[in-house]
Amino acid sequence: MTGPLSVFDRPNSYIGRSVPRPNARRLAEGRGRFVDDLSLPRMVHAAFLRSPHAHARIANIHTAAAKAAPGVVAVYSGADLLPRIEPWVGVLSHLKGLRSPPQPAVAVDVARWQGEAVAMVLAASRAEAEDAAALIEVDYQPLPVAADMERALDPSEPVIHAEYGSNLAWERLVEHGDVEAAFADPDATIVERTFRFGRHTGVTLEPRATLAAYDPSERRLTVHYSGQAPHMMQVIYAKHLGLPEGNVRVVAGDVGGAFGIKVHTYGDEVAAAAASMLLGRPVKFVADRFESFLSDIHARDHRVTAKIAVSPDGKIAGFAMDDLTGIGPYSVYPRTSAIEANQVLNLTGAPYMLPAYRARAKVVFQNKTVMCQYRAVGHPIAVAVMEGMVDAAAAATGRDPAELRRLNLIPDGGYPCVSATGMRFNELSHHACLDRLLQLMDYEALRADQTQLREKGVYRGIGLSSFVEVTNPSPMFYGVGGAPIASQDGATVRLDASGAVHVSSSVTEQGQGTEAVLAQVVATAMGVPIESVRVTTGDTDITPYGGGTWASRGAGIGGEAALLAGEALRAQVLQAAAAILQTEAQKLDIVAGAVVDEAGQERVTLADLARQIYYRGNELPPDLKPELIATRHYRVTDYPFVFTNGCQASWLEVDVETGEVTLLKHWVVEDCGRVINPQLVDEQMRGGVVQGIGGALYEHCLYDADGQLLNATMADYLVPMAAEMPDIEVAHVETPTSTSVLGAKGAGEAGTGGAPAAIMNAVNDALRPLNAEVTEQPITPARILEALKAI
Amino acid sequence: MKAPDFSYDRPETLDAALAALADGGPEARLLAGGQSLMPMLNFRVAAPSLLIDINRVPGLDAIEDEGNFVRVGALARHSALERSDVIARHLPLIRDVMPHIAHAAIRSRGTIGGSLALADPAAELPACMLALDATIVVRSQQAERRIASADFFRGVYETALDADEMIIAVEIAKQASRRHAFREIARRHGDYAMAGLALTAAAGEPFDGTRVVFFGVADRPIRASAAENAVVGLPAGAEAGERAAAALDGALQPHGDLNASPQMKLHLAKVLLRRAIEDLAGRPS
Amino acid sequence: MQMHRSVSLTVNGERVERDVPVRLNLVDFLRNELGFTGSHVGCEHGVCGACTVRVDGAPVRGCLMLAVQADGAIVETIEGLSAAGALADLQDAFVARNALQCGYCTPGILITVHDYLERGGAADRAAIRTALSGNYCRCTGYQAIVDAIAEVAAARAGGGAA
Repeated sequence: MTGPLSVFDRPNSYIGRSVPRPNARRLAEGRGRFVDDLSLPRMVHAAFLRSPHAHARIANIHTAAAKAAPGVVAVYSGADLLPRIEPWVGVLSHLKGLRSPPQPAVAVDVARWQGEAVAMVLAASRAEAEDAAALIEVDYQPLPVAADMERALDPSEPVIHAEYGSNLAWERLVEHGDVEAAFADPDATIVERTFRFGRHTGVTLEPRATLAAYDPSERRLTVHYSGQAPHMMQVIYAKHLGLPEGNVRVVAGDVGGAFGIKVHTYGDEVAAAAASMLLGRPVKFVADRFESFLSDIHARDHRVTAKIAVSPDGKIAGFAMDDLTGIGPYSVYPRTSAIEANQVLNLTGAPYMLPAYRARAKVVFQNKTVMCQYRAVGHPIAVAVMEGMVDAAAAATGRDPAELRRLNLIPDGGYPCVSATGMRFNELSHHACLDRLLQLMDYEALRADQTQLREKGVYRGIGLSSFVEVTNPSPMFYGVGGAPIASQDGATVRLDASGAVHVSSSVTEQGQGTEAVLAQVVATAMGVPIESVRVTTGDTDITPYGGGTWASRGAGIGGEAALLAGEALRAQVLQAAAAILQTEAQKLDIVAGAVVDEAGQERVTLADLARQIYYRGNELPPDLKPELIATRHYRVTDYPFVFTNGCQASWLEVDVETGEVTLLKHWVVEDCGRVINPQLVDEQMRGGVVQGIGGALYEHCLYDADGQLLNATMADYLVPMAAEMPDIEVAHVETPTSTSVLGAKGAGEAGTGGAPAAIMNAVNDALRPLNAEVTEQPITPARILEALKAI
Repeated sequence: MKAPDFSYDRPETLDAALAALADGGPEARLLAGGQSLMPMLNFRVAAPSLLIDINRVPGLDAIEDEGNFVRVGALARHSALERSDVIARHLPLIRDVMPHIAHAAIRSRGTIGGSLALADPAAELPACMLALDATIVVRSQQAERRIASADFFRGVYETALDADEMIIAVEIAKQASRRHAFREIARRHGDYAMAGLALTAAAGEPFDGTRVVFFGVADRPIRASAAENAVVGLPAGAEAGERAAAALDGALQPHGDLNASPQMKLHLAKVLLRRAIEDLAGRPS
Repeated sequence: MQMHRSVSLTVNGERVERDVPVRLNLVDFLRNELGFTGSHVGCEHGVCGACTVRVDGAPVRGCLMLAVQADGAIVETIEGLSAAGALADLQDAFVARNALQCGYCTPGILITVHDYLERGGAADRAAIRTALSGNYCRCTGYQAIVDAIAEVAAARAGGGAA
């Protein structure tokens, strides 16, 4: 830190301002640069033949007809590719007991989910590649299918990996205090429920897309990547294709939505790179929508049984839960498919004082699409379970749901503290947020509305949810377990001869506004107009080494690194200016792109200063060695995660004759620390809420008993569309985190984490007078009518 | 999801189209709006050897006032029906239904002929044809036939069309002395309905000449004559609504789908019918 | 061998003549043959709206029309409409309100909205949401888009600039 003012006091500070994003204009004019927009000389297109069976031995693959088809350059089976691509194992050492066998990029000998790639065609066009794929004959021997997670551990169920003896991938038990004593208390009110969450998926509008270009003359692989973590993929491509890491360049340009779907390792993408190496030509693979449904990671398939004890004074005395989740036949690499369950264990009940807590999770293999981290990982389940139980307990004890929360939320002055599950919290504001929420929505007026309308047979409901969100993770999330995933990030800030400032950062952009936030931070730190700041992200050849964007870390971690680098460069600039102007650096500042003195007089523009330094070094004092470039890195050290907190409310109406739900309004009050760009944060909240509504009401990967996905189209898999979504009001409480100078925490996932709970609670609040309740998501009209015993 | 290859013909006259259809064999398909056929090709669930693109055949897209009936050409786009004064004035049921069909970009290209020939059981227009007692005019190289809509829809994607026949128009009596109601339930605006109904009846009370047609509940649009009989002599109102709904028990045997079980479709059908009848009560005809 | 046919059409004001596979759809033709990559592919079955382009003045799903069907047609994409300034007030409002994040759905939405407003679409939020009902956006949750359109619709109706 230099100078008497903090970054927030700087003149023309952009911190806290809703500055429009610099890359929005070109996107609005159709000048995006997505992977499928790129074309390279002699490029070929990949199509995959995918298993139609959920579980089958691959006895033989006949590729002769396919190889002879028009436009075809090559056809590879999984066995053909196996020598070129080292299989991977999706385990991490800190998830004790997690097991998963080596996973080939393309299936060899056995296909273990419907949609797993079994062969690959490279052709002059995607259409011709698909024509040829249809000519590949595969002799499948169907095997028994494990497709019901609730029976996965029954002795009679098929065991997917015989060497394990069961379908158990991982289990964990967390215990704190004595729950049995809490449940044994005769004066306590005990409530039990079973919740189910439907498996669903991300449905990024731009499907997964990869353009891999291998240059055999240099042994260099360049991968144009639609994804979130280029450095991680650099390691993975290198490791599994047998290349030195320094020979792999991964470039993420514009990404059409990611949400965690695009932060995992996909066999078809790695196979495209392997094919490029085999052919010495660029290979483009773009997943079509059908194969996206079958091969993008799924998430959130859970059954949770929960039990809560509430004392007569309204305090929660104990909470216990059992979580069962059915993943695919492999734990996904490298982040593992145990993290979602781990989050559910760690975060259920996190906002509350819980004297006794017991949570058990079992993660089981299934012959279904692989499952892994998707926006808000585990939070939608953890929050819905606890918030559902709190509302049920409120009803059982005759208390208002807001009142029961007030009695049990961790007090705002009660930090730092450690949760029942060992999570370390600091600087949270559950009460302040709830107060603000109830005021914002005019809770009393809505209750009065609700009562009045009930008398007319109109059923409206209010649903609340309080939650924490994991953001700004330290290495404790992944790195500590052996994953090649950086939890530190860096920024390089450079002053060019024109006075323009160039920022290169290792966090990445998928539309959330990473580049805008970095520009705001650096412009503020440097004292330049934001128009003179240009940001580059996503290229492993160019940017500092870092983790990319996931777990809501871009602003908090990437922004902090950019701040530190910007301040360092400012100091270096002023040091050089001082020497040239023959004064002291602390008597100078940079304002609006010029060096000014204590009187505020402009002494030299940055452009003139830079030009002198770059072009006319002869004019400089001989002992002056100006560096107009600075690089700094940042990682979170004080806490494993920097939690945010917030609360949401849903106000909706249930048509009790048709089961239809009309979302009337939604509110979010979020404390994500220092808000750098209020508009971008609010828009993350809104987008996140609607994504959470998707899981709460609409989205479900429907499987039959044979492990066949029944609704792999946009007509049958229902994503939220504009006509059914509410307006969402967002407000903030701002408690900056003391773990960084910027004080910014993450904001990308809270909307999704908290929304399903609010929706479910609102539906059940609406139905309560009719003694009906729905605890299965998605809450479809069918489920509402069943709960009402109308059908 | 790229379409498989096919031959393509684009006849410039109706005769040429009919000849192409006659000669094309069982693997030939007519391409009109393409809004249902192209997804099938892109998913490779259909692989016709020949597409006969009839979009350039002249004279098939007019919406004409023919005195006591309206003649709608088979190639009239959904968007044209949506905006047509003739439809608004004389066939208000269709005017009301059009905004529920998919979305604007689909309606720009989709045609009424295509919708009727496809005969998706969850589609609105086939049900409207039954509710309006429309006549479907079809032609082959040999002859022209007029098929009552009641006889036209035979099953899921199955119609009375012979392989070498093409719909060229629909003739619908003007509805001046009739009233109508339309209701559907879909998960999202523009989706195929979980259940829906189109109802027409003589204007004025009590119910007379009633036609109640459901879609999305069976393998074709289905007339619920039991419900029609139940409201004879009753004015539109709560009683008629309850009797009509109750009459659906046993009369409607819905097929289930991903969104709704058979019991749920029956339940929804009853609710929709009751509400549609209440709509009529609330509206001066 | 793929069946080919020649097409002659106007795209973004320029006359274009090409020989194309008959099975090639319009959006793939625009993107891969002509380099107009501003229109996007999201589902290839007409549901998501990312491929929406303008053909003879109407919004159309580019994935559900064959390139050969556009023979003789006037096709406009986001690039042409942007260059002509036809979407300027919408684009300004979208940028100002962050009514786009990743930008993948945006060209399809702008073309859909352009048609809605041209036909006198009102600033009514429910009507706007209905007009948007065929365009999938995963990032924004739609509200900022509705806000931007309502602002532009009101401005156009009021006769002034946005």
